[in-house]
Amino acid sequence: MSDPIPWLILLPLLWGLLSFLLGVGRGGRLAIVCLVIQLALVALLVGQVVAEKDRYYAVGGWSAPLGIDLHVDGLASVMLLLTHVVILPLGIYARSYFSHNVEGVGYFWPMLGLLLAALNTLFMSADIFNIYVTLELLGLAAVGLVGTAGNTRSILAAIRYLLVTLLGSGVYLAGVALIYGSYGSVALAVLEPLIENEVSVAVFLAAILMLVGLLLKTALFPFHFWLPSAHGGAPTPVSALLSALVIKASFYLILRMWLGLYAPLATIQAAQLLGGLGAVAILWGSIMAFNQTRLKMLAAYSTVAQIGYFFLLFPLITEVGSEAAEIAMQGGVIQLVAHALAKAAMFAAAGVMILSMGKDDIALLSGISSRLPLTLFTFALAGVTLMGLPPTGGFIAKWLLISSAVSSGQWGWVVVMILGGLLSAGYVFKVLRQALLPAAAEMKFRPVNPSLEWPAFLLTFISLSLSFASNNVLNILGAG
Amino acid sequence: MTGALIYACVGAALFVCGVAGLILLPHLLRKILAFNIMGSGVFLMLVGLGQHDNIPDPIPQAMVLTGIVVAVAATALALAFVRRLLYLTSKAQFVANSKSLDQTEEKLITRERNKEGDASK
Amino acid sequence: MSMKSLLNAVVIFFSATLGLTLIWAILELPVSNHIHLSEQVLIQLDASGVRHPTTAVLLNFRGFDTLLEVMVLLLALLGVLDQTKKRKPKNLSISIRLNQPYLQALLWSARVLVPMMVLVAGYLLGVGGYQPGGAFQAAAVLAAAGVLLNLSGLLPTWREPSWSLRLGFIFGLLLFLLITAMTLFLSPGLLLQYPITLAGIFILIIEAGLTLSLGLILAGFFLLLSDEVNNKKADE
Repeated sequence: MSDPIPWLILLPLLWGLLSFLLGVGRGGRLAIVCLVIQLALVALLVGQVVAEKDRYYAVGGWSAPLGIDLHVDGLASVMLLLTHVVILPLGIYARSYFSHNVEGVGYFWPMLGLLLAALNTLFMSADIFNIYVTLELLGLAAVGLVGTAGNTRSILAAIRYLLVTLLGSGVYLAGVALIYGSYGSVALAVLEPLIENEVSVAVFLAAILMLVGLLLKTALFPFHFWLPSAHGGAPTPVSALLSALVIKASFYLILRMWLGLYAPLATIQAAQLLGGLGAVAILWGSIMAFNQTRLKMLAAYSTVAQIGYFFLLFPLITEVGSEAAEIAMQGGVIQLVAHALAKAAMFAAAGVMILSMGKDDIALLSGISSRLPLTLFTFALAGVTLMGLPPTGGFIAKWLLISSAVSSGQWGWVVVMILGGLLSAGYVFKVLRQALLPAAAEMKFRPVNPSLEWPAFLLTFISLSLSFASNNVLNILGAG
Repeated sequence: MTGALIYACVGAALFVCGVAGLILLPHLLRKILAFNIMGSGVFLMLVGLGQHDNIPDPIPQAMVLTGIVVAVAATALALAFVRRLLYLTSKAQFVANSKSLDQTEEKLITRERNKEGDASK
Repeated sequence: MSMKSLLNAVVIFFSATLGLTLIWAILELPVSNHIHLSEQVLIQLDASGVRHPTTAVLLNFRGFDTLLEVMVLLLALLGVLDQTKKRKPKNLSISIRLNQPYLQALLWSARVLVPMMVLVAGYLLGVGGYQPGGAFQAAAVLAAAGVLLNLSGLLPTWREPSWSLRLGFIFGLLLFLLITAMTLFLSPGLLLQYPITLAGIFILIIEAGLTLSLGLILAGFFLLLSDEVNNKKADE
């Protein structure tokens, strides 16, 4: 009963259902109270993992292969903690945002509860079919949230997102079917010892299908086509949630399978391919971000670029010395954490500015520096994290990744990372330059409630303090 | 080749047909149908591959039941979105570019305003 | 034109290759290192509380999947509700459409069929323990009864659901969740671990609750959208 693992799944489901019972647009207060409890539960769980290594949990008392196992290691702990640290300020922000802007709230809170249950289960699950169900739950929750705005743009984005996410999970499930046909089990604990360097065609094909399905959901170039419209067209709290967390879930699965289930099949050629696509994503995403005229689209294209950084991790951890691989892994995880916090803050700040301007247009930003200095500061700090300048978490991540690349002699990736930092400076400064211009005479800014500004600032503040607390994160990661 | 593997092979064929249809067909209703064909193909593969030695295996059958329910839910959501899109743009297809999107949105707003004006008269 | 047909050709080529590779992989499948889970299911069947192996997997061994899967259905309903909220209802009075005398036959058959469908749903729910059947099948029949009633004009289209309808939507899900939470307090104490003596009862309660709620949700997919007319026709 005192075990936090089952409650991390049951509690969000429970408040999700109850807030649906309360009615349209209700349930925000209940959600925030429960999010605080969930954060405490995660802290408890992380404490257990740090103290006594990996935790296993057999759901229903039927251990694998008959039942479903949950498995919490260092990486899963980091992801769970990250999710709850991001979602609490975002929840407060969303409550305030929807009180400004009632249209688009709909059943936000029930969907958020189910989405969180899906995320928590996904991070802990050790069963590839159970992961499929969580992927569908996550995907449908995300799509439903994108559609809440209800205008043509967001409905189109939601349909495109829905079809892509369904295609992705369908392809993933085909891989699961091949694995079940080959080994008669879907439990990672059973499958991992069975997969060796020499595998049948079916298993090899299954690995490719599952990877492609997850890449579609992660929106790595060239599968990124659905992301900007979905993330840019959703209500702002949803955009922040999707960019900060939902994208990370499928990336986390790719990383887990790369290091675990399919580690014997992970060759340097495949890693170079993923890294190469990541490099193209960085260049393409940054250039497209620079060309945008709408603030939220700029932030969405910046996510496309940042996803590229995550995939630079693969060539740095595959077939290199164990020390270089470990440093790269640490850098990659810090990058994940820093991006989640910074992008959530960036979207939240952009949302505040858009509410104040009344329209999403970068050209109208001039003069906002005197109206919303805290929000502009938030946006700037989030931008500095994305660029990877000191003293942010983004800097530590890039430092670790670059030093790993140098020690394994992969200079090409160093060039990509530095170039990517310069390009992100380009689109961040484009916004800041416009914001620091004097206000146009006819421009009227609407006042904004400080309860919108402070949660956004809190997110960048946490991201900034990450640079001083990165060792703690790495301790949790190493506990696994 | 056992009988069960025939199901798996047919499932594989349906799966790729569904995938190709989902990508290529322009009409959204057809895309949704293609998704369902793709899903059925995967389910056939799952059941057919699980059934070694011609003994039915309850595990993949339960998985397929789960998968069917998920597919029903996704289809319902997709249809609700497509109906909404049909209401907004009178087209069940992706609008080609954002410029025409803005135009349809403006048209819609003016139309709704006119209607409200009629109602208040 | 050429760009698009090139894309078509590429997609078709890739799909065909994938299909052939899949079939090849399926035919080449080795059976040596295969685990036989179906045997384990049969060995543990007595402890599961039901006598049908698929129901045992669905609601006991892999009951966790089922818990998440009913939440997927609820999510779809939330999405549908969010879309219905924003349109303006344009109600075509169904009774007008049913004035023709030959449609009275439909009305009459609906009145006869619906009680029978409810009976069939109850039967499917009851036999789920030892024969093919169960909550989802029963719910599908119930939902079909709802659709039939709506189409024959006996049941009006649902508007923004009231408190009681919302409770109906989630009643079974909430019951499932509460029983799941309760297992944490009972003797073995793991999530979804039913005590052996109570497993049968618990599964029956969950299935009954799910039948009601899933029936309502599935019916809702139709009944929440059924009065909407294409705006183009309405404007002309």
